[in-house]
Amino acid sequence: MNGEQMDIEAYAALYTGRTKVLRLLFIAEQCGNQSMQLEALRMAYDEIRKGEDSHLYRQVVQKIDAGLGPHYELDHSWADAIDRRAEQRKEKLENELNSYKTNLIKESIRMGYNDFGDFYYAHGQIGDAFKNYVRTRDYCTTSKHIIQMCLNVILASIELGQFMHVSNYVSKAEQTPDSLDPITVAKLRCAAGLAHLEAKKYKLAARKFLETGPELGNNYSEVIAPQDVATYGGLCALASFDRTELKNKVIDNISFRNFLELVPEVRELINDFYASRYATCLDYLENLKHNLLLDIHLHDHVEPLYTQIRHKAIIQYTHPFISVDLPTMASAFKTTVAGLQKELEALITDNQIQARIDSHNKILYARHADQRNATFQRALQTGVEFEREVRAMLRRANLIKHDHNQRGSRKL
Amino acid sequence: MDSVEVLVAHIQDLSGNPVELAHLHAILKQSEDTLRVQASRLVPFIEQLDPSSHSLGYLFLLEAYSSGPILRENISSFLACVVGFINFCSAEQIRLAPDKFISVCKRFKDQVIQHQVPIQGVAPLRTAVRKLQSSYEQLTALHSDFLFLCLLSKCYKAGTSVLDDEVLEIDQPRDFFLFCYYGGMINIGLKRFPKALECLHNVVTAPMSTINAIAIEAYKKYILVALIHLGQIPSLPKYTASTVLRSLKSYAQPYVGLASSYATGKFSELEAFIQTNVEKFQTDNNLGLVKQVLSSLYKRNIQRLTQTYLTLSLQDIANAVHLNTSKEAEMRVLQMIQDGDIFATINQKDGMVSFHEDPEQYKTCEMIDQIDSSIQRLMALSKKLTAIDEHISCDPAYITKIGRERPRLDFDDFDSVPHKFL
Repeated sequence: MNGEQMDIEAYAALYTGRTKVLRLLFIAEQCGNQSMQLEALRMAYDEIRKGEDSHLYRQVVQKIDAGLGPHYELDHSWADAIDRRAEQRKEKLENELNSYKTNLIKESIRMGYNDFGDFYYAHGQIGDAFKNYVRTRDYCTTSKHIIQMCLNVILASIELGQFMHVSNYVSKAEQTPDSLDPITVAKLRCAAGLAHLEAKKYKLAARKFLETGPELGNNYSEVIAPQDVATYGGLCALASFDRTELKNKVIDNISFRNFLELVPEVRELINDFYASRYATCLDYLENLKHNLLLDIHLHDHVEPLYTQIRHKAIIQYTHPFISVDLPTMASAFKTTVAGLQKELEALITDNQIQARIDSHNKILYARHADQRNATFQRALQTGVEFEREVRAMLRRANLIKHDHNQRGSRKL
Repeated sequence: MDSVEVLVAHIQDLSGNPVELAHLHAILKQSEDTLRVQASRLVPFIEQLDPSSHSLGYLFLLEAYSSGPILRENISSFLACVVGFINFCSAEQIRLAPDKFISVCKRFKDQVIQHQVPIQGVAPLRTAVRKLQSSYEQLTALHSDFLFLCLLSKCYKAGTSVLDDEVLEIDQPRDFFLFCYYGGMINIGLKRFPKALECLHNVVTAPMSTINAIAIEAYKKYILVALIHLGQIPSLPKYTASTVLRSLKSYAQPYVGLASSYATGKFSELEAFIQTNVEKFQTDNNLGLVKQVLSSLYKRNIQRLTQTYLTLSLQDIANAVHLNTSKEAEMRVLQMIQDGDIFATINQKDGMVSFHEDPEQYKTCEMIDQIDSSIQRLMALSKKLTAIDEHISCDPAYITKIGRERPRLDFDDFDSVPHKFL
């Protein structure tokens, strides 16, 4: 395993709430390293004990499978107590809600549903929580309520993996008439960025993350840490932006720089990419890769993002030259000449690089399309096509006419 | 007996000028039944007539004779008689009775095929087509028969004389379908793939209310030729009949599959697919074309290499397109250079191939001539188009139809506010 070992303790400290537990469990599942796995599970166990989700608790205990000593075995009394308390609380909430409903006080009904949502969320029944949060919508009276409702729904949807809902409710929240406070704006930007990321729209995702204000701080730790904003945004931007955009929107972006300071590797790699130091840039990427694969949101997108970044780097490398020496380029990209040739071939076939490879002398030559010849060719081609089309059309018209005549004569 | 003699006398008397001919035509039509009854005894009378000056009468007698059964020993004399007639008859006279002429020629074609000498029918039928049609743009019922004979006798070249005409006037859709289908096959035989593609495309996209067997067979060949020539199947245009669009693919299942495995560009995959479906291709008589599709994949892959490489060793080419030896790759490349598919030179000393750009600079006199002729053709064509457009917009049938579809303007229709906004 290359890349430095992940510091789970530090990582977990960035988050609160359910996402912390889920992220830890995700790491335990993916890391494939026993000591790390147990470490992650231990912290997840501790975290769950603070909450009320007995179902998740039993799962984690099963996963630990007595690997952490007697202290981390199934505590029946705790779990049962939690369950019992949940039962009582649910009953109480139901009674309250019913009485609110008979009294028809909008605000109370909203509160009732909201409490229900919170309750279900705490107990890990996210689907029910989502439903209850959505129900509060009909009883929102001020835009503050709407914002709260939207944030709750977004939180539940993210955990459910329903990113369509996330972007829906982000736009709903942004449409409220009152101006939002900067923290909420930053939260919404992050959620929208996540939704775009999951939909593989990396450019849009990059934009959203880059627009995230520094006010975010640790205010949204139940979903995302500022470090993540820097990583997600940086990688998406590298994969999808062109050079000028990269300069204007990332490197010269003062508010985003605050985020980048938190993750110096990403900052360095973006600067290296911009300064065309591809070898070090790829090194950084390689080092980061292992940790990124352990990220609950990013892991699916690491490969496509990396390929896109690599392609971008290759294209950018070849762009200014008329001819490129392949061995030099291969060393810059830490690969063999044959491998590089394959990558270039794919890019040329895709029409992303206008060049041709001299495989004998291992040189790449840029190819400049001859406008004049191309125009002639196209004009002749169009002429031929036009002629064929018109003739075929006349023929079809004649056939139709014939058919018409025949039908007419039959009628007579 | 007498009546036939009288008729012959009439024919001999009345073949001089158009007025007489019209009269003769009427007489001949009346005596059609008599002629048919006496069909077997007409030979001596036919010999009394001169095919060039008495063409119309000759035609009627010949048609009556050929409609009856022809004895084996008379076959060769019958064929000689028809050939002589076709060669010498006067075009104006036979056009008075085109049905009879077509029937004689079809009978002639049947006999030629039955006796397995299709090549004997090629030249006479070509003459017959030319005599029957009033302009080169007209499609006659004999076109498809002529092409069919060309195909049977493998005289593909002979067929091109008719195929290169721009056919626009069509009487029978069936003739047109067969003409284009056979035309496509002849062009395939000559390896003129663009032309073949055009012919088959015409069949598939022709307006039709129900799908027919000719269109299905044509579509199968269309797929194969498109793969050989273009490397992919162009999607059918939206003017294609909807019945065709809906059901064509299901009739040509193995061919559609062939196209999709061709698109992967993997030789082994395509070969395996052909192996599993070899019987279907065999029964459709398309196996030869399928094999050409297979070998065109090599060509396509080599062509793709020219887009990416300036120089490449023969060994690398062989590896890239899955050929066994560099020798084989060399032969392929050589063949493609000869055919003008790619522009390249082979350096045998170190086994390298250098690919070049298309050397055509569009500067030569020939090229300018070509462009000029193309412009002239298109101008003529667009003039014709305008003329036809004018003709149609003056057509009373068209105007009434359009008038019916557009509801007559009523004063009440002019609401100040449209209904949907009320």
